[in-house]
Amino acid sequence: MTEQNTAAESLIRLSAAQLAEKLRAREVTAVEVTRAHLDRIAEVDGGERGVNAFLHVNAGEALAVAAEVDAIRAAGGPEADALHYLAGVPVAVKDLIVTIGQPTTAGSKILEGWHSPYDATVVERLRAAKMPILGKTNLDEFAMGSSTEHSAYGPTRNPWDLNRIPGGSGGGSAAAVAAFEAPLALGTDTGGSIRQPGAVTGTVGVKPTYGSVSRYGAIAMASSLDQIGPVSRTVLDSALLHQVIGGHDDRDSTSLPDPLEDLVAAAKTGNIEGLRIGIIKELHGEGYQAGVENRFNESLDLLREAGAHIVEVSCPNFQYALGAYYLIMPSEASSNLAKFDGVRYGLRVLPEEGPMTIERVMGATRAAGFGDEVKRRIILGTYALSAGYYDAYYGSAQKVRTLVQRDFDAAFTVADVLISPTAPTTAFRLGEKLDDPLAMYLNDVATIPANLAGVPGLSLPGGLADEDGLPVGIQLLAPAREDARLYRVGAVLEALLEAKWGGPLLAQAPSLVELVETAAAPALETQEAK
Amino acid sequence: MAAINRDDVAHLARLAHIEMSDQELDRMAGELAVIVDAVKSVSQAAGDDVPATSHPIPLSNVFREDVVGHTFTAEQALSGAPDSDDNRFKVPAILDED
Repeated sequence: MTEQNTAAESLIRLSAAQLAEKLRAREVTAVEVTRAHLDRIAEVDGGERGVNAFLHVNAGEALAVAAEVDAIRAAGGPEADALHYLAGVPVAVKDLIVTIGQPTTAGSKILEGWHSPYDATVVERLRAAKMPILGKTNLDEFAMGSSTEHSAYGPTRNPWDLNRIPGGSGGGSAAAVAAFEAPLALGTDTGGSIRQPGAVTGTVGVKPTYGSVSRYGAIAMASSLDQIGPVSRTVLDSALLHQVIGGHDDRDSTSLPDPLEDLVAAAKTGNIEGLRIGIIKELHGEGYQAGVENRFNESLDLLREAGAHIVEVSCPNFQYALGAYYLIMPSEASSNLAKFDGVRYGLRVLPEEGPMTIERVMGATRAAGFGDEVKRRIILGTYALSAGYYDAYYGSAQKVRTLVQRDFDAAFTVADVLISPTAPTTAFRLGEKLDDPLAMYLNDVATIPANLAGVPGLSLPGGLADEDGLPVGIQLLAPAREDARLYRVGAVLEALLEAKWGGPLLAQAPSLVELVETAAAPALETQEAK
Repeated sequence: MAAINRDDVAHLARLAHIEMSDQELDRMAGELAVIVDAVKSVSQAAGDDVPATSHPIPLSNVFREDVVGHTFTAEQALSGAPDSDDNRFKVPAILDED
């Protein structure tokens, strides 16, 4: 039996919108759809050479929700009419987002086995839409990383090449969607953790406007930067999921009071005639892989042909953005992670000798429970916030934030949407940058400015780099609250690119079943084993 | 700005309540020195006239109705704790005995 020939195989290849249409037309049941994805997870995710996108698979509950949707639809009447458009379409959730009934680890040993007593707001909204939750996806510990190698539960592998990283921190969500293990997933983006994994796995990921999706129930890394958003294989699918999770929530004090424009309608506009698209001078060229630059230029040509005006903008203060980010983020993280104290959640480790005071228990618990990257960032943040350094580091970084916002403001007076490559390179090899934290941080150079300014960003597949045949991401940025523009331009560019390729980019990916079975990839070591 | 050294890291690790071995301190000091060097240009970027931004989209006076919302039972709140006793978190000794 080949991968292409089964009915389940054709189901997992469909987009969320296509699945929703088939479910509504009753050509397929939600149980069949959910089962097909669970089977795919069983086939490609586990074992020494699997994708390892999932930390927990929620089969029982997902099938029960699917069966409920099928029963409602079969009974007909007002309850069936009231079903959400995406009812019965399965979704995966990044394991930084808390869920009742499933463990939440944040990719850390310190939360191993912990169960949240409450659901995140976004999870409540998935449940209200009756979307079966397939499970929890892998991530860099507490979302700190750009490769998913900093997970305490072993790295996720890139479905395009199992020896390469899937990006991070949301490598699990991106890989699950790229590997057809889920049509949709939730991610979180603090400095690019949705967009950069999208870029290197050939998928779509969106960081919404800060405050437009509730963060209640997302374990906080850097509260002034964190944002939950959708992960999918098509631009329309991200718009559909964004619409499910977005909107005001009074449990998040940074939640914006007013709803965004209709994002699904924006994705269906199909026209960018006369729109001004700004190339950010500082975010391409030197430091960017040649194949990334080529695909980027190709997308610009397509947009030009579609009637957009391409202009160049300069954002001179973006040169300080990476530095400001790596001061603000660790500072906020060092404070947010103080709550893991060996008293309220998860792990408690007793010191091997000496008095058992709470300070020593805390020290031993955090030493054993946190991985290297988390410790690095906590120490760096504690340093940046300490007396004598606060003004020079944290204070200066906050001023840079103002300068970055001003650069965006100026750019958006001459352009409606900005464009850049999402990441400077394609997926690098597992282990390649693990011993060089600074090289790892440079992956986020193009995605960080949006988080500092709170503006929305979308990454979509731009093709394969000539030199390595791996996916390249194109990033679109819009002014705060103008997420709809990203979907409008993103969907048009996606259609133009797919017409050129003769189908979706992921159709060109190698057969994952063969990759996993041929054992071409060496077994992985976890961070701890390193 | 002074470079970060091993003694600084040892002090910061104590402040952050993370025990570190000598080997870990050596490695961390080396890595952090490189990172601090890379980010220090930030302090030269903005003049005194530039205001700081703490949140990208500031909201002020976020209020809610003064009514009781969702609350946890003691059992739920303690469900993830490593140790509890009589509906309370059980904490190791606060003070050193000697």
